[in-house]
Amino acid sequence: MTTPAPAVEPGFDTLPVDDLADAALRQAHRAGATYADVRLRRVRALRERVRDGRPESSQESVETGVGVRVLVDGTWGFAAGVELSPRGVGALAARACALARTVRPLRGEPVRLTAEPVPAPVDWQSPFEVDPFEVPTAERTALLAGWCGLLRDGGAHLAEAYLQVFRESTVYHDSEGRRIRQRRTWLHPMVFGFRIDAGDGTFEAMRTLGPPAARGWEYLTGTGWDWAGELARMPELLAEKAAAPRIEPGRYDLVIDPTNLWLTIHETVGHATELDRMRGREAAFAGSSFVRPQDVGVLRYGSPQMTVVADRTTPHALATVGYDDDGVAAGSWPLVTEGLLVGVQHDRQTAGAAGLDRSTGCAYAESYRHLPVPRMPNVSLCPAPDGPDTDELIGRVRDGLYVVGDNSFSIDMARVNFQFTAQRFHRIRNGRLVGQVRDIAYTGTTLDFWRSLEAVGGPQTWLLSGAGQCGKAQPLQIAAAGHGCPSALFRAVPVTDTRTGATG
Amino acid sequence: MNTPGPQETIELALTAARGDATVVIVESGVDRYLRWADSTLVAAGDADEYRLSVVSVVGGRVGAVSVSGRVGRAEIVDAVDGAEAVARQAPPAPDARPLPEPGAASPCWDDPVRPPAPGVLAGLVEQLSTGFARAARHGQVLHGYAEHGSRTTFLGTSAGARLRHDGSAGHLELTARDGRGAPVWTSAVTDDFTDVSVAGLQDDLDRRLRWERRRVDLPPGRYECLVPPSAVADMMNYAYTTAGAAAAAQGRTAYSRAGGRTRIGETIAGIPLTLRSDPTAEGLRCAPFLVATASSGARSVFDNGLALGPTRWWEQGRLRSLVHTRHSAEELGMPLTPLVENLILEGPPGGGAEADLVARTRRGLLLTSLWYIREVDLATMALTGVTRDGVYLVEDGEVVGAVHNFRFNDSPLAMVMRATEVGRTVPTRARDWGDAVAHVAMPMLRVPDFPLTAATGAV
Repeated sequence: MTTPAPAVEPGFDTLPVDDLADAALRQAHRAGATYADVRLRRVRALRERVRDGRPESSQESVETGVGVRVLVDGTWGFAAGVELSPRGVGALAARACALARTVRPLRGEPVRLTAEPVPAPVDWQSPFEVDPFEVPTAERTALLAGWCGLLRDGGAHLAEAYLQVFRESTVYHDSEGRRIRQRRTWLHPMVFGFRIDAGDGTFEAMRTLGPPAARGWEYLTGTGWDWAGELARMPELLAEKAAAPRIEPGRYDLVIDPTNLWLTIHETVGHATELDRMRGREAAFAGSSFVRPQDVGVLRYGSPQMTVVADRTTPHALATVGYDDDGVAAGSWPLVTEGLLVGVQHDRQTAGAAGLDRSTGCAYAESYRHLPVPRMPNVSLCPAPDGPDTDELIGRVRDGLYVVGDNSFSIDMARVNFQFTAQRFHRIRNGRLVGQVRDIAYTGTTLDFWRSLEAVGGPQTWLLSGAGQCGKAQPLQIAAAGHGCPSALFRAVPVTDTRTGATG
Repeated sequence: MNTPGPQETIELALTAARGDATVVIVESGVDRYLRWADSTLVAAGDADEYRLSVVSVVGGRVGAVSVSGRVGRAEIVDAVDGAEAVARQAPPAPDARPLPEPGAASPCWDDPVRPPAPGVLAGLVEQLSTGFARAARHGQVLHGYAEHGSRTTFLGTSAGARLRHDGSAGHLELTARDGRGAPVWTSAVTDDFTDVSVAGLQDDLDRRLRWERRRVDLPPGRYECLVPPSAVADMMNYAYTTAGAAAAAQGRTAYSRAGGRTRIGETIAGIPLTLRSDPTAEGLRCAPFLVATASSGARSVFDNGLALGPTRWWEQGRLRSLVHTRHSAEELGMPLTPLVENLILEGPPGGGAEADLVARTRRGLLLTSLWYIREVDLATMALTGVTRDGVYLVEDGEVVGAVHNFRFNDSPLAMVMRATEVGRTVPTRARDWGDAVAHVAMPMLRVPDFPLTAATGAV
């Protein structure tokens, strides 16, 4: 992958970051902090919506600020602001230390951070070919309007295109000597088509399957996903969906396409193996996990076909970085190996509290205003090296469903009971697709589901996708995580009818 | 270098503007929060926010930029130039029209921004410390979160509007667990935390923990449920934030009827429920003028500064209004009812307290909150989610035990159509989608057949 020129952030790249960070770290030290980190961050975003070829909404935003996190007497304090002068960030450090003293009576055990290597000063940037922020507005809007046109020309009654582009620039320094500068860019185009029956007022909708990606504008023009091809096929698929029959609820064999399975992995494996959730630290909000710390190395999570890896290094994946927001280098490690739970995910403080030696490097803060919290890395299901293609998996099913594209998703606090829908459910009869069926959800519980995994597809079926808007912590923070997976065959999964609520 | 204050920023931006019309919005605020788990503090934060947003209109085309951080004179001019550059390249905006004629300027326009007292949460530290000790004596641990935010919004337009809104809001959530494992939850909403009693909330939690002592297993099914205000808020927030008139008239929402019509005028609730907004509602105050840093389906940048007043979305169980921009109201020939950022659901006067509804229940389930709510079907507004932190079995007017959690599948519209009783409306906050509409007041609803489609042991 080539990067013609690194992206520049005028007004951010020229900040006297060393002076600012030093002012914060010095003031924190004077005010009694035993540890401090300072994070200057800019988030540049573009959000655009085009409805039926006409612009509905477009906004470019830039948010710049600094957060200072300190440990005073083993107690966290954090202050964030927008005054980017040595005096301003010094005042934030003092505020953070004062807050830590104020809340000291609530501390409990002192915070323990894992000992981590201190890298030499580094500069990391995610790769792209064409800077999406440099594309002229007119060209951008014209592309989205053209996409709406493809759906309308094919027979959709309404079409809506939505584009989000993000660039996050960070300068991180801490009192242990880390000095890290990094920048990453990612985007997510989505196009929705609606088919409306003017006679009876009913309607059906469908969304593109193209995933978000840490890429540049080239992603919208043919690199990494065939948008034009997908949009050309969508109207007919939408018409078929609108006219599709329903099915009897009950248990069905499912071949789940990677465009749908990634979200199930996110919800049932990704969140369940976050150590802060496992230890009850998110119990009152994002939730806990059915997985207990003592389950690592013991729990049979799924069938032997299930191998899941965590990483922050996969190219173009949404959680890929050089270093996390604790300054810990990005890595790769197994979560589930041949069905056995072998790993979890954490940051310095969560690992420290659990008595572990090292962090997996999963700290992340949404903006300068947010405290870093443990967030999911890229969590991906491995393909079988010589595994079958999707058609072959479908060929192994006598009576089942081929599930394509994520849609509605809900799971309980402990990551056990779930319900997922899809953009499309295709009926499989005797190993062949025989047309779509509608108003379906697949449901179940995490371990039963993964233990029903009979086969995963080969590398030729593997697709990198991801969640751009995952929420956790209070105040709520949004983070992005990548998920790659092959097509996979699950046996006898409960399927319900979403119109009648019948569970079969 | 001193950076200009909000009012000066707006004048500088409007002076620099070369477009046909310009909107300048400055938002300034502070958020403070405490978070604890297992009776231990896990986060304490204090964050300033300052944001300048500029909307430029050039020949009916729109450019919108937003810059957050301290903005000096040069950055103000850059933001205006940037918005105009985007506008010149944009296709014509379908909702383009002159900005609203301004009314009187806000009387406090020139006042400095009043930051909240730095110690707004300090009093809570002592209360929590006492609370942690009380919990420990009873073999419990506390989890929770307290947040206070204050925001001042300044809006200036080239049409002459100079409008300002000062708002603040806080909430506290408290979860207790004892050795038995099933957590219980309660919450409070407040402006400034002077009226929050952790001990009072703990009394409520202790009562709920006593209910948890007798565990009852029930199969999934349709049960009579008492849906409490926070859970009703989650359902109503969804019903409100998807109530755009234009989308309904296009035929693509649950408010659509055949032939490009909407369901306005239809009966929407089985009992005479009124769903309304009012920027001046006591305890729920929100901006009395429209603010849009960018357009969306429910808001147009061309409506910035539009005066907002009391609006009835449902009246006595009948759908009366959907959310309009001036563009959609003119196009559809309907009265203009713009989005207002608070929401009140109420029944006829005399609604009972929650305890009264429990006392009138022969057999049913008292819910605590709903969680992980997601849309299943746009056409019916069907949602799914799970119950959280307490499902209590009520028999002959009394709570007799606690049940595990359930997954539910229901539509907010279908739910109110089947509701048979409404309690007294109280200020609350949706637990899952609280940020969608921050200022809400909701009643408890009795739903005779709430679909609980799966049981789960998850807590």
